[in-house]
Amino acid sequence: MRFSESWLREWVNPSVDTQTLADQLSMAGLEVDAITPAAPPFSGVAVGLVLEVASHPNAEKLHVCTVDLGAAEPLTIVCGAANVAAGMRVPVATIGAVMPGDFKIKRAKLRGVESFGMICSASELGLAETSSGILPLPADAPLGMDFRAWLGLDDACIEVDLTPDRGDCLSIAGLAWEVAAINGCALTPVVVDPAPPAIDDRFEVSLDAPEHCPRYACRILRGIDPAALTPLWMRERLRRGGIRAISPVVDVTNYVLLELGQPMHGFDLGRIEREVRVRLAAAGERLHLLNGETITLRPDTLVIADAAGPLALAGIMGGAASAVESETRDILLESAFFAPAGISGKARSYGLHTDSSHRFERGVDPALQVRALERATKLLLAIVGGEAGPVVDVTAADRLPQRAPLTLRAARCAQILGLELPDETIAGILERLGMELAPIAGGWQVTPPSGRFDLVHEVDLIADVGRIHGYDRIPVSHATSAAGTRARPEMAFDLDRVRLALVDRGFQEVITYSFVNPELQARIEPEVKGLALANPISAELSVMRPSLWPGLLHTARYNQARQQERVRIFETGLRFRPGPDGLRQEAAIGGLAIGAVDPEQWGAPARPVDFYSLKADVEALLALSGDLPGFSFVPAEHPALHPGQSARIDYAGRPVGLLGMLHPGLAADLDLTGDAFLFELDQAALSTGVLPGFTPVSRFPAIRRDLAILVDESVIYADLADAIRAAAGELLRDLVLFDVYAGSKLAAGQKSLALGLILQVSSQTLTDQVVDDLVGRVLARLGSDFGARLRD
Amino acid sequence: MPEESGLGIDPLRDSALAAIAAAPDLVALDQVRVCYLGKSGELTALLKQLGGLPKDERPAAGALINVAKDAVAQAIESRKSLLEQSALAARLAAGRLDVTLPGRGQRPGGLHPVTRTLRRIERLFADAGFAVAEGPEVETAYHNFEALNIPQHHPARAMHDTFYFDADLLLRTHTSPVQIRVMTEQAPPLKIIAPGRVYRCDSDLTHTPMFHQVEGLLVDEQVSFADLKGVLYDFLTNFFERDLKLRFRPSYFPFTEPSAEVDIACVMCGGAGCRVCKQTGWLEVLGCGMVYPEVFRHVGIDPDRYLGYAFGMGVERLAMLRYGIDDIRLYFENDLRFLRQFA
Ligand SMILES: [Zn+2]
Repeated sequence: MRFSESWLREWVNPSVDTQTLADQLSMAGLEVDAITPAAPPFSGVAVGLVLEVASHPNAEKLHVCTVDLGAAEPLTIVCGAANVAAGMRVPVATIGAVMPGDFKIKRAKLRGVESFGMICSASELGLAETSSGILPLPADAPLGMDFRAWLGLDDACIEVDLTPDRGDCLSIAGLAWEVAAINGCALTPVVVDPAPPAIDDRFEVSLDAPEHCPRYACRILRGIDPAALTPLWMRERLRRGGIRAISPVVDVTNYVLLELGQPMHGFDLGRIEREVRVRLAAAGERLHLLNGETITLRPDTLVIADAAGPLALAGIMGGAASAVESETRDILLESAFFAPAGISGKARSYGLHTDSSHRFERGVDPALQVRALERATKLLLAIVGGEAGPVVDVTAADRLPQRAPLTLRAARCAQILGLELPDETIAGILERLGMELAPIAGGWQVTPPSGRFDLVHEVDLIADVGRIHGYDRIPVSHATSAAGTRARPEMAFDLDRVRLALVDRGFQEVITYSFVNPELQARIEPEVKGLALANPISAELSVMRPSLWPGLLHTARYNQARQQERVRIFETGLRFRPGPDGLRQEAAIGGLAIGAVDPEQWGAPARPVDFYSLKADVEALLALSGDLPGFSFVPAEHPALHPGQSARIDYAGRPVGLLGMLHPGLAADLDLTGDAFLFELDQAALSTGVLPGFTPVSRFPAIRRDLAILVDESVIYADLADAIRAAAGELLRDLVLFDVYAGSKLAAGQKSLALGLILQVSSQTLTDQVVDDLVGRVLARLGSDFGARLRD
Repeated sequence: MPEESGLGIDPLRDSALAAIAAAPDLVALDQVRVCYLGKSGELTALLKQLGGLPKDERPAAGALINVAKDAVAQAIESRKSLLEQSALAARLAAGRLDVTLPGRGQRPGGLHPVTRTLRRIERLFADAGFAVAEGPEVETAYHNFEALNIPQHHPARAMHDTFYFDADLLLRTHTSPVQIRVMTEQAPPLKIIAPGRVYRCDSDLTHTPMFHQVEGLLVDEQVSFADLKGVLYDFLTNFFERDLKLRFRPSYFPFTEPSAEVDIACVMCGGAGCRVCKQTGWLEVLGCGMVYPEVFRHVGIDPDRYLGYAFGMGVERLAMLRYGIDDIRLYFENDLRFLRQFA
């Protein structure tokens, strides 16, 4: 809502400057977005009267004008405007005037004729974007008076960004109430005298959908002057309110909209057939709107119709067929109340948004219609003349919003605000806001004004008290409510710790969009169809990610394209996996590494990341669960991974993660340089709940036996290790794998593993005999299970 | 002292001392020791020759030999310690490094600036007794809107630019639905914050379709707007680590009343006016208010018995102000050269 400050000050005029007034509005919840001057700076422009217009001797399109500025001698001014005429009053920039843009008016010779000033157009004065010809002023504009002062151009346009609950402030009247309440100063609303009917013509109105339109007031005006022009003062107020002047009927309805907040509409009376019917549209009915569009109506939409069909989209926009045009002499003025519930969302559903729909959606005062109609009639009669018929006010009283009084308890007010206010202060604020108060024990029965749709509960009144009294006057309390210690399971998953572990291992955290490119997603998991957005920002961001990998791969590619060859990144967050039992939103941790493990450095060759380096990172995370041995890596294929370098991670027989090398085919498609390795883990899986348990540290020395074992290439380490542990029993404290070899020194299809068995018991020093027996058992088991033998 | 024994002790001692002084290293020195003092060393051999002397001369001669031996032993000791010292000095000299060369090995990565900021927010509120609560990001319209007193077609709903899956399922537009879930599942008193991702169908210079919020909720029997001012004053001054001027400006949220937007004196210009605060001297940093009775009714909490406050803040915005980041889109481009600045 944008408005002229001087207009507001006609209603309420506190002795504060513009900036203070704006701050007051902002601090009362009516946020001022911008203050702009009503006109750019200029000076030396006065009201003049064109006495004579002669043609220029040397230029066809120029006129030599004699202009009276109320001084002794009229001035000669050369003017190029086509519309200049003797008898016109006009704004004249005299010698020495400074025009917008710091342009000074000097004596000048135009094609041999001396000119002592300039007759101005509206655009030259910064009052319009464009204009054709000079600006004609009304006959009562006082000769010689400073134009700026006469038009009140030292005014500010204030723009308030109103919250949707304050539809009542979408008018000068509504804002004036607020300003008066804040400053405790007098309010002088515009006086609206009823315009007595001069003719008897009336139009029958039927409310077919009273729940949506419980009140419809209208009246006929006949014999208006279609040539009449909207007066400059009104055009100026509209302009300062951000509304373009169009024609007197439209301008007056817009003026009343700004002044009182009532959206109105003028119909061409001659084009309404027989009756006005406020009804829901029939499905498929069509309406050609004022904006040129034709819409097909839905049956949930309220229309103003006549016997022939829809005339207007109720409360949103008029129809083209019944619009007031330049020849229109008889009109029907509408001033209705459309219920917010019925109109909300309707404009939007047709792709429309108008000043009218904006107000009706937020709530227009249901007691305002006749007053607005009278106000508009009076303004119109003064501009276009004609004769008014009687006001027709059709009301379904039982459907009008009911205002039951609210109970306000002073104690509750103090409790919620944290501030005890004297009863007079509370009552004073509410009364200044136009509420009716009846005292009761410990409080009041409060009846809010009919236009305040936001006042529903006691606490809404309390908020108003706090707002007008000033939030800055509410104390700052440091009383924290009792907190105590909370349950804090020791082995609960600690995402923070996991993130820091990755950071310490050289990973950079990234945050990518939760919606991803479906094509990339399909390459990663073709069998998973991601949940698709109905209204995505773009096709590339249209499917909810079923895993964190699309975002990580996209980020790796983005950075490699920017000279970042080494990328070690991770992300935490939800993945969205559609399943037979509905959508699962699971918290996951995903990581990607490509390029060297360590940053480039001296004294050590670059070691490219491989399966096992990333596996160590994953194991470090699994170790944080407190139960690393409980996790197993199982060879498993995945469409996005290298078939020979991919593992599923299991815990307690359930898959909880993936680790592997990005499939080289996919890597090539993504233009990635170097082998990329990826992992993803279920966050929930790291909550094993396994607490550390104490076992005594043995006083006896540990004994280490190293074994180099030859096995077939297909034997996997995990099986070998399980067998060793089983055969060695509890004497085996630790098992270290310190070499794996396959190559020219061995027969094809064979590999050797070098293992260190660390043996210890808590009760004694182990004898050679015991150790030899144990090693024998281990070798026997490996021999029988895997055909393993000792390497020579 | 004239030598009486005729055994030639003095010349032998002198040659030993000369050999010691000439020994270039510990190995040579030890050879000298063996040569003179060893089992078959020359000075040791003299003792064996004592038997050839007259009986009365033996003690004196023996004493003389021992004096010579002691002198040689002592000389060896001192030469040894000298050689050891110089050997150490040589080793140290050889072991000199360029200590300005960079260290080797892995270097830490870093947290995303949004996470860094979230951690900070979570810790500050944890100190004040707020527990972290979480909720789904694919939400129902009920939790995201209706239960928060934003019915369908409410103008406030249109302002949310919602991503939809179907009529009922959407991406949460704020973290406020976590309030609803917590209040539905737990009984008061409640004291939680809910950090997380939120989504709006809006993407331009100053908007990304995804960003982060932290919601706060406290429900108890005695809670006032003054308490809300207190908790936010504490939080903001601690977050920015300076005594900030705060402004609570009345505003509107369908799920709180009274509602306020909180402005802080611009941390860039100190309130004088700059580009960041659009010359106003103020920065809007969060929204807050007292829980609206309708919301309590939706979740089955008695609005006559309980009061509550709620607040919500944008994490990206706080991080921008804290670190001077000037473009919100940088957060989700994930350019490593940007992210590494926050390690
Ligand atoms: Zn600033």
